[in-house]
Amino acid sequence: MTSLTEMTIAGLRDGFRKGDFSAREVAEAYITRMEGARALNAFVVETPDHAIAAADAADRARSDGQLQPLSGVPLGIKDLFATRGVQTTAASKILEGFTPVYESTVTAKLFAAGAGMLGKLNLDQFAMGSSNETSAFGNVVSPWRRANDDAPLAPGGSSGGSSSAVAAGLVAGATGTDTGGSIRQPAAFTGIAGIKPTYGRASRWGIIAFASSLDQAGPMARDVRDCAILLKEMCGFDPKDSTSLDIPVPDFEAALSGDLRGKRVGIPREYRVDGMPAEIEKLWEQGAAWLKAAGAEIVDVSLPHTHHALPTYYIVAPAEASSNLARYDGVRYGLRVLPDNGGLDDMYAQTRAAGFGYEVKRRIMIGTYVLSAGYYDAYYLKAQKVRALIARDFEQAWEKCDVLLAPTAPSAAFALGEKTADPISMYLNDVFTVPASLAGLPAMSVPAGLDSAGLPLGLQIIGKPLDEEGVLNASYALERAAGFTARPEKWW
Amino acid sequence: MSSYRIQGATGEWEVVIGLEVHAQVISNAKLFSGASTAFGAEPNAQVSLVDAAMPGMLPVLNGECVRQAVRTGLAIGAEINRWSRFDRKNYFYADLPQGYQISQLYHPIVGEGGIEIEIEDEGGHAITRRIGVERIHLEQDAGKLMHDQHPTRSYVDLNRSGIALMEIVSRPDMRSPAEAGAYLRKLRSIVRYVGSCDGNMEEGSMRADVNVSVRKPGDELGTRCEIKNVNSVRFVMAAIEYEASRQVDVIEGGGRIVQETRLFDPDKVETRSLRSKEDAQDYRYFPDPDLLPLELSEDFVSECLESLPELPDAKRSRYVDALGLSPYNAQVLTAEKETAQWFEGLLAECARVQGKAEADVAKAASNWLTSDLFGALNRSGKTVTESPISQKQGAELIGLVADGTLSGRLAKEVFEVMLETGDDPIRIVDERGLRQTSDTGEIEKIIAEVLAGNMDKVEQYRSGKDKLFGFFVGQTMRATGGKANPAVVNELLKKALG
Repeated sequence: MTSLTEMTIAGLRDGFRKGDFSAREVAEAYITRMEGARALNAFVVETPDHAIAAADAADRARSDGQLQPLSGVPLGIKDLFATRGVQTTAASKILEGFTPVYESTVTAKLFAAGAGMLGKLNLDQFAMGSSNETSAFGNVVSPWRRANDDAPLAPGGSSGGSSSAVAAGLVAGATGTDTGGSIRQPAAFTGIAGIKPTYGRASRWGIIAFASSLDQAGPMARDVRDCAILLKEMCGFDPKDSTSLDIPVPDFEAALSGDLRGKRVGIPREYRVDGMPAEIEKLWEQGAAWLKAAGAEIVDVSLPHTHHALPTYYIVAPAEASSNLARYDGVRYGLRVLPDNGGLDDMYAQTRAAGFGYEVKRRIMIGTYVLSAGYYDAYYLKAQKVRALIARDFEQAWEKCDVLLAPTAPSAAFALGEKTADPISMYLNDVFTVPASLAGLPAMSVPAGLDSAGLPLGLQIIGKPLDEEGVLNASYALERAAGFTARPEKWW
Repeated sequence: MSSYRIQGATGEWEVVIGLEVHAQVISNAKLFSGASTAFGAEPNAQVSLVDAAMPGMLPVLNGECVRQAVRTGLAIGAEINRWSRFDRKNYFYADLPQGYQISQLYHPIVGEGGIEIEIEDEGGHAITRRIGVERIHLEQDAGKLMHDQHPTRSYVDLNRSGIALMEIVSRPDMRSPAEAGAYLRKLRSIVRYVGSCDGNMEEGSMRADVNVSVRKPGDELGTRCEIKNVNSVRFVMAAIEYEASRQVDVIEGGGRIVQETRLFDPDKVETRSLRSKEDAQDYRYFPDPDLLPLELSEDFVSECLESLPELPDAKRSRYVDALGLSPYNAQVLTAEKETAQWFEGLLAECARVQGKAEADVAKAASNWLTSDLFGALNRSGKTVTESPISQKQGAELIGLVADGTLSGRLAKEVFEVMLETGDDPIRIVDERGLRQTSDTGEIEKIIAEVLAGNMDKVEQYRSGKDKLFGFFVGQTMRATGGKANPAVVNELLKKALG
């Protein structure tokens, strides 16, 4: 029997159901593994008690015949989800020690479905970053290393704690959030699967906001099936989120046939960007061939406004963030720096100066600027118009195809520190993920191969609004054809 | 047109006024959260996670507040925008937990409408003017800072944070403090009729920002100043009067008016500069991405329309046209919803007691209410809803006059006893024997006694001093304890003196 921490969620679920092992055994195996991997810095807080309690409840449920869909499955929770009684920080000093009295809708649903929580996973501060280096609690390290090179690598971001923990087998699966690629890019960097559902599928209630019109929760796990299983439990209408969609949640796992006959896969020509490594270009072509072999027709499509997506995103997201983060003011919770004889404005300035990291400050300033009188029309309003054009590009593409195939990121994982000096080169990491975010579309990254240094590369499937089933199934076909089984070698 | 003018050194000046009224919406819960809105709770007892802007909290629009704004819009004949949207107004303050106020800048829920006000022209004649209302939008109220709880720190009470306000923005259509006062009173009357705001300015559930500018009649609009948060009709009028004169003085002194925000100091009766336009905040408005645009169905708007009560203008016309009341009485009775309700209750009782149509008893009822009861209530500082006399008792008293049981004078006497004791009028009449008498035999006997005791005056009367007739009436009435029917007394006296 494979060790418990190497099993998929589907395997755990089914083995636990059959009585091969107890949930307690699973939880303890994961806790041991988690505690032995602190060198990865994937967790902000470990919550073994939560995982054990859920496991014991699952064991009781099994004897009572009351099994839930995720009974016995221990998960990691990105520290952007508010968890009742457990510190929730968004990896920022400004929220250090903040313990919510409420549970986010998504985690509440996962726990109600029987899952346990091993801990709160590290991330880029307020989900702003692509490498996890903006966390106030130290960067997460990827479990992967280049062949013959000990340089620590970025796990991707912002859900880098999630990607690292899943890839290293510290959790069976994890929650992520994706604003411009924060699930898909780290999944690609660490050789795991991750899906961002359609905007509105999963409730945002209790998730610390970065950019409200883009933020969307989704699962990260070892394979497509595990993502489908988790996604079903994470989604659903929530009256507490006005942008939540009141539509039924399908059984995503049932959509996984790998059969793409009658489906058309679009290859967006604008995604061929200058300087893209030949290996990625080649993998992309290989992916198209795999999907064709699974029965799909491959068609060329154009998304003409693609090159405007990044600048648009870096106006809209900071604009919303500058307003969303105004509440961290030292008045009611979190950090408060009150200088002697200082007034209210001094308290604001010093609290926020001490509490926010450099990338957060940069985006607050960009966002404040683009919303300012005299600049609003030229930046924010223009960006909203371009955003509509980008969404229209996709609508027109759907007349020709059912899903789109593209690389997830323009490179494999880079070394920590490699891009911190140049924010623009860091932002360019999101070039393939941001368009689907701006259009609110479901999109998934699956591991599809290794580069010459032995690092994972991901391919991305983008689907029509609410067609998570189509996205998952095409991803499943890719996954089967790729036969990706590589795992990082334990060095930690 | 009223012609309120400020006499300056360089001639006459006209004042131009616009009001932005913040009216707290009557609803059990706040605009975007389920927390209670009841007045007077312990500090921070009515604060939800959303109101405190905890991380990850999201606003959910309260449909009742939308309904109230639409009903208010319909009541002033305004356009109801079937598509509106919420925007964030960003600024930092300790009473604003989110760091932004959710408001409606670009697409308000209610568009152009108007309100008719009654004012007097130079000749003292009542005339009607229409004041345009540019828009009504919904927004969140802020919390409250308490500076008196600690020697060096301020405390924050978030009970009010997130309560729904309607901001009702007028056109700059008013030309005198009196017009502004009339507009504010009328607006308050309307929202009270509609039930969308209690209009209580003392508790702060209605407050006004007053925009004032001056110009030479016929000139372009001058630069305006905004006087913030004025909280009574009287203060609004006083603030305008002061501010308009101040502006005239500045301009005539060779200065220029700077667009700025000012505060009204009710103790000194003056306005003071708060901040100039240069210091004005950049609110960085943008559409709130946490909320979807608000779309209203035709059915919803129709239901709102059907839910409206008869409004003061319609009621006043009906009182004049159908009930035959004087325009003045109709105005007085309809100005406040409670007064009109009390009157209509009284009217129904009068009709029942006398077995007549309401139109046939309306005049007597309105006269008794506006002169007798209102006079008594004014003296005791009570409102009509606190009246010690019920509508049924009032109707019985009016009935006793109508059927001749009581003379006007006796009725007033009974009324005074009713005020004191709360007893029913008929009981007072019976117990105190205040019934009017028309018994001619008895009255003739008394007249004979009066004449016998005043033979000298009888002589004078008979020799042409007609005016003495009143003297004999008075003597006779006094002798009967005021209970004699004055008409009968008149008739019999004439005969006896004849």
